[in-house]
Amino acid sequence: MSDNKHHAGRSHEEHLREKHLMLDPLPRGQMNDMVMESMLAKPTWKFWVIFGFLAFVVVYFLFYKWGVLIAKGQGEAGVMRPDYWGIFLVNTVFWIGISHAGTFISAILRVFRAEFRRPFTRAAELMTTFGLVQAGFSIFMHMGRVWLAYWLMPYPNQRLLWPNLHSPLTWDLLAITTYLLSSTMYLFLPLIPDVAMARDRSTGWRKNLYKILALGFRGTEGEWTHLRNAMNIFAFAIIPVMFSVHTIVSWDFAAATRPGWNSTIFGPYFIVGALHSGMGAAAVVLAVIRGTMKHMKYFVRGEHFDAIGKLMLIISMAWAYFFFNDYMVQWYGGDKWTQQLLHFHEAGPLGWMWFAMLICNVAIPWAILWNPKWRATPWAITAVGLAINVGMWFERYIIIPISVTINRMPFTWRLYQPGIEVPMGIGTLALFILLYMSASKLIPLIPVWEVQEGQMAHELKKFGRETVVSVSELE
Amino acid sequence: MIKLEEVKMSAEESGKWGMVIDQDLCTGCQACVAACAMENNISFVGEVDSGYGRSMHWIRIERFWEGEYPEVKMTPQQPMLCQQCGHANCEPVCPAFATVHSEAEKLNLQVYNRCVGTRYCANNCPYQVRAFNWRDYKRPEPLSNQLNPDVTVRRMGVMEKCTFCIQRIHKAQDKAKSEGREVVDGEFTTACAQACPASAIVFGRVDDPESLVSQVARVHGHGVKHLEELGTLPNVTYFKGG
Repeated sequence: MSDNKHHAGRSHEEHLREKHLMLDPLPRGQMNDMVMESMLAKPTWKFWVIFGFLAFVVVYFLFYKWGVLIAKGQGEAGVMRPDYWGIFLVNTVFWIGISHAGTFISAILRVFRAEFRRPFTRAAELMTTFGLVQAGFSIFMHMGRVWLAYWLMPYPNQRLLWPNLHSPLTWDLLAITTYLLSSTMYLFLPLIPDVAMARDRSTGWRKNLYKILALGFRGTEGEWTHLRNAMNIFAFAIIPVMFSVHTIVSWDFAAATRPGWNSTIFGPYFIVGALHSGMGAAAVVLAVIRGTMKHMKYFVRGEHFDAIGKLMLIISMAWAYFFFNDYMVQWYGGDKWTQQLLHFHEAGPLGWMWFAMLICNVAIPWAILWNPKWRATPWAITAVGLAINVGMWFERYIIIPISVTINRMPFTWRLYQPGIEVPMGIGTLALFILLYMSASKLIPLIPVWEVQEGQMAHELKKFGRETVVSVSELE
Repeated sequence: MIKLEEVKMSAEESGKWGMVIDQDLCTGCQACVAACAMENNISFVGEVDSGYGRSMHWIRIERFWEGEYPEVKMTPQQPMLCQQCGHANCEPVCPAFATVHSEAEKLNLQVYNRCVGTRYCANNCPYQVRAFNWRDYKRPEPLSNQLNPDVTVRRMGVMEKCTFCIQRIHKAQDKAKSEGREVVDGEFTTACAQACPASAIVFGRVDDPESLVSQVARVHGHGVKHLEELGTLPNVTYFKGG
């Protein structure tokens, strides 16, 4: 009897270790080697095939087609009156949305000390930076005379011309630039100890690269204190930046005199939508990392998918709340143009997209994510993440080209038909994946010092017969 | 009793140049559209792009009808052009200050060489009267020989719109100044008003009660300013069913 109980206790302990990365420590040297190996592993032929294909897509669909667009004009795209804004802006909002999950995971979860974040903060931050690169590309593709884009920056010039600070687009440019700079710095700071670790374990050009990136980090107490202080400041400071960015993106629409756009709830609605697509993308990225890279099954476990799944479910509910609120009040307002527009959304030629959006953003997550077993299954959560991203892309498509079809001049109503935007949008997706693949070979994708720090703070302690997870307070 | 400060916007932003359009007189002949294109060097977009909503006219004739076939009743034609709003939606949204308000002429200006083509102004225009240069359209011979030297030729990627023929306004003002007098009402008019065979379009000073445009407005009495409820303070008045 007592033997049995003892056995049960041990298996409970083993179960806990198996389940939680924080309770399953490995020797530090071994863990460092695992991360190095996952980065240095010789790429398989599959890697190169995918890499080559994506590189071709980027060169042809993104850069060559962009050249065509610049040479021949926006007429190559599907934009016209009244759809002056098309898929380029859909993609801009989409990529900025993706970038929000990175900050959410690495800053908000860090501030709230959610322990499950530790192994994938870097993966999420990379999404932020690479997503913003795509958003930047998309918004510049949209401009009629992109070679004059620097006119939007406040730079000193002889004619004393300044950007118009009344324009939401100027706010947008300033907000996105701030976000790109701060998120890149915030990506870099926690990377320093890891590249220092990599520097000490590599040779050749890599050693030189990591030497530069590590800024001479040796791991002294003073260096750690400075790093922690800097990261603390950034973690708190970047949260309002993140909120401001997507709020201001929403103001590009909400500040306009258009039926369906002029909504006071667009700010929080867009933020929740951004987190929705961002968390979905984070789940997909994690599953891909776990499935394709060496030793990642140790670092990325069911508990992480489970935690992301819970966040996805909550955010899906929040999105549904904001969607309903926006829809309900607009409909109840009774403005005749808004009535037309809402009717056009669900019963117009692209009504299927409106329903697909609700299925992907609400029905599928709610149907699957309530179940802890499904939440912890990587392929299931990947499928949900992909569905959410399709749904959120549809949402932006409905808000931009479909909504601007209906305006106050019925004579001009016309449905948008995309042109060169489609291959160019696929090009931005390929560039995102390409950057991610390159990063996985160049920098440690797992913030190994953060994992070790968490593992040091957690301990399985025995009190009598009971195994308890004890946590020591981290500085 | 609560005292609210009087809203002065209306008076301050009141127009200088304005137009009245009598829809009962308009035959929909499109002479104004053609005259405008000639006067202002507007590109010839061609069938395909024009059919896809990329026509670049600064003035267009909107046709509407009531009822279902065969019980269709045409309603009066509606020429639609830039309303030269006193409080324009297009102006604040341009990040590059390419859409600015003329303090002197009380018109909405478009600075072509400052435009970077974000197209926010067109998106925010409730009248949808802005035209974007989607491509560099060719001018087939001999049309390339009839360009108006007083008007800039715009290139691809730039927004443009009706200017109330500001080049004619300036020409008349310069002439009057050199002769030491004020511009006389009727001394000049816009290309669309000049070309209209039915005289459905009248252009002039709306701030002068004796001008023809003000008198026509008074005689008709019940003009409509489109989408006035948005607070745009348009300077074009429409009459129909009079």
